[in-house]
Amino acid sequence: MLRDITLGQYYQTESVIHRLDPRVKLGGTLLFIISLFLFDHFAGYVVAVAFLGIVIRLSHVPFRFMVKGMKAIVFLLILTVTFNLFLTPGRELVSFWKLTITWEGLALAITMAVRLTILIIGSSVMTLTTTPNNLTDGMEKMLKPLKLFRIPVHEVAMMMSIALRFIPILLEETDKIMKAQLARGADFESGNIFKRAKAMVPLLVPLFVSAFHRANDLALAMESRCYRGGEGRTKMKPLVYQKRDGLAYLCIVLYLALSITAGRLVWMWI
Amino acid sequence: MSIIVDHVNYIYGADTPLAVAALKDVCLQFPDGQFVGIIGHTGSGKSTLVQHLNGLLKATSGHIYFDGEDIYDKDYDMKKLRSRVGLVFQYPEHQLFEVDVFSDVCFGPKNLGLDKREAELRAYDALRRVGLPDELFYQSPFDLSGGQKRRAAIAGVLAMKPDVLILDEPTAGLDPKGRDEILHQIKQLQTQTGMTILLVSHSMEDVAEYVDRIIVMNKGSVLYDDEPRKVFRHYKELEEVGLAAPQVTYVLHKLKEKGMNVDVSATTIEEAADTVLQALGRR
Repeated sequence: MLRDITLGQYYQTESVIHRLDPRVKLGGTLLFIISLFLFDHFAGYVVAVAFLGIVIRLSHVPFRFMVKGMKAIVFLLILTVTFNLFLTPGRELVSFWKLTITWEGLALAITMAVRLTILIIGSSVMTLTTTPNNLTDGMEKMLKPLKLFRIPVHEVAMMMSIALRFIPILLEETDKIMKAQLARGADFESGNIFKRAKAMVPLLVPLFVSAFHRANDLALAMESRCYRGGEGRTKMKPLVYQKRDGLAYLCIVLYLALSITAGRLVWMWI
Repeated sequence: MSIIVDHVNYIYGADTPLAVAALKDVCLQFPDGQFVGIIGHTGSGKSTLVQHLNGLLKATSGHIYFDGEDIYDKDYDMKKLRSRVGLVFQYPEHQLFEVDVFSDVCFGPKNLGLDKREAELRAYDALRRVGLPDELFYQSPFDLSGGQKRRAAIAGVLAMKPDVLILDEPTAGLDPKGRDEILHQIKQLQTQTGMTILLVSHSMEDVAEYVDRIIVMNKGSVLYDDEPRKVFRHYKELEEVGLAAPQVTYVLHKLKEKGMNVDVSATTIEEAADTVLQALGRR
């Protein structure tokens, strides 16, 4: 029932993108997102889409998995487009009742929609090709300098990886309890909002009980293996840059250079 | 109230790279009042199968008929089906949530739309049947011991007065004494009420003594479906799929090989003792 949630879900397959160091993917995604907000010309977006397309092809992840992530932001997308469409001042395109659509509004709405779509798909490429553990590992290593400012980077990363690890477990647990209560004639779907909220009690109480149990068990298991934070802790698989990671960084820099100059080039060409 | 499973297939995670066929062309019939054991190794599809019987999982293809009606018909009342086919999940104590045991057991009957009095009567009856002592009725379910929690949870399903009761590994994680007690009570329940009972387990020993019929599942298909003594004749094949016949089967087969005239089809320790004594007496 709840198996279809893809939030940050890893798609297992074999590809160059999967094998890249998580730091490359994190840094690359960040630069990619920043670049999206710097373009002042559509040519930049053409380059971005082309770059993303190549990465998706290389990742061997079916395209429909990327689109799944879009479902979550459909509402946001519609809202942004509507507001931009109607509330941007400028030259009038069409006008009816009290609403006017301007040329500038139309341009802005399309830009925003394209920007958001590429942004979401771009970041799902990262989460689909990187295991959550790898992702937090990469984050921990990238954020290490923050330790100087007394920010507990390791602890935050550990909490994140535990939280991520628990998402599928808790989903499965929810599914199990839901079925057990359905078998006892529970009804989660009908009735008004208050009735439905009340119907969640038989689901939430056992879920919380089991989550606390699990947290307790995990803490015990960690302590009995002498876990005491990040101090002096070594990794079983330390992150080491390979040749392909260097190449990937080069590709990202090339992309940036190309996308920034693309606008100017087209300008000159015309 | 018979259940007919007709060419049912089920695929987990269809259209993902992890798609697994959990049930392959399963055809079964469960007549009234039978006590059936469903045996299989972990991942053999036994739990998946029983979740189809009350409509919690929908078959990828195939049909299931309850009482002559197709449960996949558009206007079929699933809630009613679930009240008539009671399913007790593995580790059912994880579903307890109310402030006391008694109100938790009332949850099922109340969902059926029964009035308070009737629901409470049923809850009381169910709790008595599973042998939970009266003084625990108004305790928090979280304060009970593991075995007591399990009984309370089973009572929660029993209180809906189902015609068919399915128990998925009801003895998992219990000590031998608790296991025997629960199985004994289930058998008693069956003889007293004439309910159809499906007992899912991975242990032959558990079910051999109690059931009328054994269904052996392997990799999503039905491997054997027969009386216990006939199924145990295939004890060598059973081993190949990671299962084992009861220990007495092995002992009797060994005795027979040594030239003793014993009846190898005995399934319980008592029967085995009888046939050994008989063989000795003849000598």
